Amino acid sequence: MSEVILSMEDLRIEARSEHEAEAKTIVDKVDLRLRQGEVLGLIGESGAGKSTIGLAALGYTRTGCAIAGGKILFKGKDIRALSLDQRRRLRGRSVAYIAQSAAASFNPAKRLYQQICEGPVRHGLMGYDQARSEAVQLFRELDLPSPETFGERYPHQVSGGQLQRAMAAMAMSCKPDLLVLDEPTTALDVTTQIEVLAAIRKLIRDHRTAGLYISHDLAVVAQVANRIMVLRHGKKVEEGETDQILHHPRMDYTRALVSIREAGTGRPGGKARVEEPVLEIRRVTASYARLARVVDDITLTVRKGETVAVVGESGSGKSTLARVITGLLPREKGEILFRDASLPPALLARDRDLLRRIQLIYQMPDVALNPRQRISEVIGRPLDFYLGLNGTQARARLGELLRAVGLSEEFASRYPGELSGGQKQRVCIARALAAEPDLIICDEVTSALDPLVAEEILRLLGRLQRDNGYAYIFITHDLGTVKRIADRVAVMLKGRLIAEGPLEKVFAPPYHPYTELLLSSVPEMDTHWLDGVLAKRVKQGVSAPS
Amino acid sequence: MRVFGYRLSVGAWVGLMIVTINLLGAALAPVIAPHGEADLVGDVWAPISAHAWLGLDNLGRDMFSRLLFGARTTIAIAFLITVLSFAIGISTGFAAAVLGGWVDTALSRFVDALMAIPQLIFALIILSVMGTSISVLICTIAVLDSTRVFRLARAVGLNIAVMDYVEVARLRGETLWWIMRREVLPNALPPLITEFGLRFCFAFLFIASLSFLGLGIQPPFADWGSMVRDNAQAINFGGIAPLIPATAIAQLTIGVNLLVDWFLSLHSRGQGQGA
Repeated sequence: MSEVILSMEDLRIEARSEHEAEAKTIVDKVDLRLRQGEVLGLIGESGAGKSTIGLAALGYTRTGCAIAGGKILFKGKDIRALSLDQRRRLRGRSVAYIAQSAAASFNPAKRLYQQICEGPVRHGLMGYDQARSEAVQLFRELDLPSPETFGERYPHQVSGGQLQRAMAAMAMSCKPDLLVLDEPTTALDVTTQIEVLAAIRKLIRDHRTAGLYISHDLAVVAQVANRIMVLRHGKKVEEGETDQILHHPRMDYTRALVSIREAGTGRPGGKARVEEPVLEIRRVTASYARLARVVDDITLTVRKGETVAVVGESGSGKSTLARVITGLLPREKGEILFRDASLPPALLARDRDLLRRIQLIYQMPDVALNPRQRISEVIGRPLDFYLGLNGTQARARLGELLRAVGLSEEFASRYPGELSGGQKQRVCIARALAAEPDLIICDEVTSALDPLVAEEILRLLGRLQRDNGYAYIFITHDLGTVKRIADRVAVMLKGRLIAEGPLEKVFAPPYHPYTELLLSSVPEMDTHWLDGVLAKRVKQGVSAPS
Repeated sequence: MRVFGYRLSVGAWVGLMIVTINLLGAALAPVIAPHGEADLVGDVWAPISAHAWLGLDNLGRDMFSRLLFGARTTIAIAFLITVLSFAIGISTGFAAAVLGGWVDTALSRFVDALMAIPQLIFALIILSVMGTSISVLICTIAVLDSTRVFRLARAVGLNIAVMDYVEVARLRGETLWWIMRREVLPNALPPLITEFGLRFCFAFLFIASLSFLGLGIQPPFADWGSMVRDNAQAINFGGIAPLIPATAIAQLTIGVNLLVDWFLSLHSRGQGQGA
């Protein structure tokens, strides 16, 4: 058996805010053991305490949190007993951390080399020149382009996936015994995620580094981790070998997490008849400040009661398309017909009734709701503004709407801050429904939510569509969601539409090569998925666009 | 005691006491004051005695009574000036933030131009041209002060204007006024209230300096700034007369600032509860 690198015993971490007398336990009685060369996946929703545990491995807690009990042993030594100075020598050198957003973690004013060599030089492990040649070696191992000169660049001169790999190089620069990876691929597109995932996995295996891999995405963790620990509300739900968790989960909660990914594809029952079009986009082009075209010659039709999914990577122009439809970004060329009449390009040229009929639901419910308005005002305003409802009528309708989105009427008097993420998104949906629209544009509405909550929101949207016949434009990068909810799919790449049609057609052979790349990049609940995809790509000579 | 649901710190307690005493003194001046505002009651610069608690001023008026009456004009006018400057500064600042584009550029450059002229000189010019009536004084200082408020309101507003909920309101077809009032203002209040306290102090210091130069509140009405000026000569004879109104200015400034500091500390800690 190899050496135990990290063990946590009965770890308890508490958060204490100034306004509350009682401390809140955010990590409770967690035991954990990690050997050299082993990767443990930490899985859970937001607030499950997984990042807190990851940071505790560095002997660090966020402001307001404190380790209240238990032991954290790093190579047999208790981290909690170390002085601040000793901890500083531990961090970066023996335990390294890779954060979710590389863009926010690099100093934009310094070259990559300066930042990557800083660790080993400051820790006195080697001179600058040696650190630099070691970095080149790491760049090579991470498959970064022109490794000799890569470090000369500034962070903004490399792509997101490359920057994330550069952060992996930074973490490995001191040859740590333990690597804490906090959602290292979550912010990346699926096609980029594969490259980064493969690079990180290779690095960990080659260096026999122990790893704590934190993620909310079970399929991603399954590619890297030997064992998986499922956490919920700061408590361990279950821990086991990766295969066991994926295929024979013992606890209900784990089972629910696993089954989301495997939920049936396609929607129950196809459409019997073709409804009249609600929105027809004809050869529309738009750009910001007349620079590069962000939306280029798009033609798309949305019919009543139909869900059209617009998919693509970040920067493909899918959200911009939503801004063009709503009028926030006036189109430059082309025509948009809404209920057979031309839609004025600019928002200000549209009358109130037209504004009412097209509603938008946002990705982040936290910033889509004014924190200083009660829910009754949030939903009540469109009722008053569009439909002239007030007094008892408005109150009755407010109650109906809240019930329709699965919230009780008590929520009316609350502020958004008192609601969970899923509840806030329900309020946003109710606000859109209040306008009694024909078309609802959903811009990544489930991306910021935990998987189980996202699932409920999708079901709610489906039910509302069946009951009321809304047309949806569903903008997303998550192809798993698309498969479950869309009638038609439009695939966007660099502002252009490269494939459009019924779901069964677009997502079935013969594929457009880019559609195939996207589809094959979606992680599956299989520990051998990554190997399979990589092997296939090597054979075909396909590589992701970087 | 709790204010807005928060515990008062020691500093805030002291600040609250000072401000309350000042406000009570101003409100109850006619009741408390032993003498009238303009009454001559004894010798010039008579020392402190049982008869005159803080001595007499350069014309032999009771210093304590004049302090009380002076508090009324000083505080009331400073308050009016601050309210007016905030009304102007916030509405223009939010408009610049929400509308952006050329509106923002035009307003911002205009404010830059105003700020480039030294405030005191600018006020002196306007007051000597327009005359030194109280309304002109209030409007002049309010407009000059509103440039600072504009900057703050615009900066705070810019951060709020990019929020999705403002876009929601825009998409709904709400007017600029509604967006400014209902979406932006409630979220911008904490820093603005804090600034209000500071601006309030600056306003009465500014009146004091104008009065000191003879362009502020005109005799026989008392105000703390002109009281310092009128009695300045006493220093030459070893009298403490000018120090008394100066201390009054200082203590109110400190009191208001203590309260403001406490308020600032609440919001630097984060937004607290939702309500």
